[in-house]
Amino acid sequence: MTTPAKKSPSVVEVSVTGAPRRGTAARLVGALGSGALRLLLITVALLWMVPLMGLLLVSLRSGADNTNSGWWTVLLKPTELTLANYQGLVQDGVVLRSFLNTVYISVPSTVLVVGIGAMAAYALVWLDFPGRDWIMVAVVGLLVLPVQAALIPISRLYGALGVFGSITGAILFHVAFGLPFAVFLLRDFFVGIPRDLLEAARMDGAREWRIFRKVVLPVSRPALASLAVFQFLWVWNDMLVALVLTSPDSAPLTVALRSDLRQFGTNVDVLASGALLSMLVPLLVFFVFQRHFVQGAFATSPR
Amino acid sequence: MAEIVIEGLGKVYLDGTRAVDDLSLEVQDGEFLVLVGPSGCGKTTALRMLAGLESVTEGTIRIGDRVVDDVPARDRDVAMVFQSYALYPHLNVYENIAFGLRLRKVPKAEIDRLVREVAEVLRLEEHLTRKPGNLSGGQRQRVAMGRAIVREPRAFLMDEPLSNLDAKLRVQVRAQIARIQRDLGVTTVYVTHDQTEAMTLGDRVAVMKRGVLQQVGPPQELYDRPDNLFVAAFVGSPGMNLMCVELTEDDGRFRVHIGDQTLDLPDALLHRRPALRAHANRKVIVGIRPEDMEDTGIVGAAEGATLTSVADLVEAMGSDVLVHFPLDASPVVTEDTRELARDAGADETLPAVDHGVVCVGRFSPRTHVFEGQTITVAVDTDRIHFFDPATGIAIDHS
Repeated sequence: MTTPAKKSPSVVEVSVTGAPRRGTAARLVGALGSGALRLLLITVALLWMVPLMGLLLVSLRSGADNTNSGWWTVLLKPTELTLANYQGLVQDGVVLRSFLNTVYISVPSTVLVVGIGAMAAYALVWLDFPGRDWIMVAVVGLLVLPVQAALIPISRLYGALGVFGSITGAILFHVAFGLPFAVFLLRDFFVGIPRDLLEAARMDGAREWRIFRKVVLPVSRPALASLAVFQFLWVWNDMLVALVLTSPDSAPLTVALRSDLRQFGTNVDVLASGALLSMLVPLLVFFVFQRHFVQGAFATSPR
Repeated sequence: MAEIVIEGLGKVYLDGTRAVDDLSLEVQDGEFLVLVGPSGCGKTTALRMLAGLESVTEGTIRIGDRVVDDVPARDRDVAMVFQSYALYPHLNVYENIAFGLRLRKVPKAEIDRLVREVAEVLRLEEHLTRKPGNLSGGQRQRVAMGRAIVREPRAFLMDEPLSNLDAKLRVQVRAQIARIQRDLGVTTVYVTHDQTEAMTLGDRVAVMKRGVLQQVGPPQELYDRPDNLFVAAFVGSPGMNLMCVELTEDDGRFRVHIGDQTLDLPDALLHRRPALRAHANRKVIVGIRPEDMEDTGIVGAAEGATLTSVADLVEAMGSDVLVHFPLDASPVVTEDTRELARDAGADETLPAVDHGVVCVGRFSPRTHVFEGQTITVAVDTDRIHFFDPATGIAIDHS
């Protein structure tokens, strides 16, 4: 009895320092399992990439080639590849203008939603005023209001205000419909910021605006970054709102591409390059902000 | 630097909860006052009212020559150290300390000088560029102190600043806080629920219970002459041994009866506590500090000053030996003692014997007492405390 009792501490030590011991067979099964899983994941990823790759290749072939054969033929005949579509795109005034329109609509819509949303959420969490909770209830209620239901009334309102068909009108609409989610998301995050942190700033001599700018905003960077990305992508990819509320002069890329489709029917090469152009910016935005997600997540552990 | 005068301070929350009731205190310029009490006694609320983080329902607060009841926190010129330290996670140590100075538009060169000076005092020089997330608990605590010190405020407010440190570090930092406060001479109000911290740090200690101030005075005074049962039970570790016993008078000789044992009360004690005579032949609560009991193997004892029992548990502490032994007396169970037991998180401290009280004596380390041994305990009868069982108030300790 005494011998095993003496040995047992060393056994415990081994299991604490390393992974639990497994037999060769068990490891083999494990390796096979993870190999099969990896294979499955790679297959799914490839399948997922096929349409995107098709789009890319279509955009790199001439219109005639695209009409005559499928995009996959280029894999055997690389000589078909051409940048002519992109040249055409850059020289096409309508595409360029609508691309800029998209930027003019998306950037202010994002900045305003994040800015106003953060201020509203700060007030809803940290300032004490009558009706605060009811405002929050209203904000949550607005979350379920469908965009489609508002299009007609807003169009009429814009007509009366004289902003119908303008970029301003589109921005206002996106800001209004982006805010409830922004407030909801940021409020949730702000609630998690320790009250001590704000009180410390208050003791240090800060007023509300300083606390907001110097403490709450920097600490909330991951939440602000994810909100900005969501909002930007939503506005950038929007077609419905722009279709209803913008005029040809103020139409973003999505709307312009759609009208191209109607005019030329089978000009899939132009569309493909336009679509890729419109995808490029969100991808860039995502990769730029991704760094902030990660940084923020590490910097903000309160203790 | 300034004195703080609190008069009739009260706090009632919107839901009707009364957190602080008619609190009046005077903190002298440069004094270190400790507010102590079990959790929920209102000490933190009182401190937050001093800071300006909580509105004042009743009474007034004066800091220096200015009534600050309606002055916002940022203009009170007091600094606070939070229990969680509340360091700005996105700023490095340097910026954390400089934050308040920057808000006050102190010139850059001056900020740099002050921050480096404080960093030197707190030995934070090599950590100035690190973020709070990369600091140890003790370092974070020092940054929090630095942030308060650098502003040279009129008063320091500290809300349990040591409770997030482990026991050993706590003792070190405690000494450091005492030294810094003494060197700077800044009026300090310090909140804690740990009576050891209160006793070691405070020039004076204010004990609170359920929003009401119980007693305020120098630590030794609280220890030697507690005003009531609550203070007696709260101050000291291990706590005062309390039991409900019969006080009899027989031909001018006063005795307390603990089961069938008796302790004779010396004349000097009766002289100091004249009111005790009125309690003759009635129930009283007696309190005996552990160090007022000693093994008769170590010291001699007069007749009528010893108790006999069986050692139930012997804890050798090195510097002394704690001996637990049962006595045949009724335990003191009041709202106060129950609250203190709850606060200590110890339902299991209920009497280990079926009836009676388990006493703790602090014996000299030279004692040879072992568990299960029948022991005779010498009691310093001159130092016994008495409390009215009806009110819990000390019977005359003038």
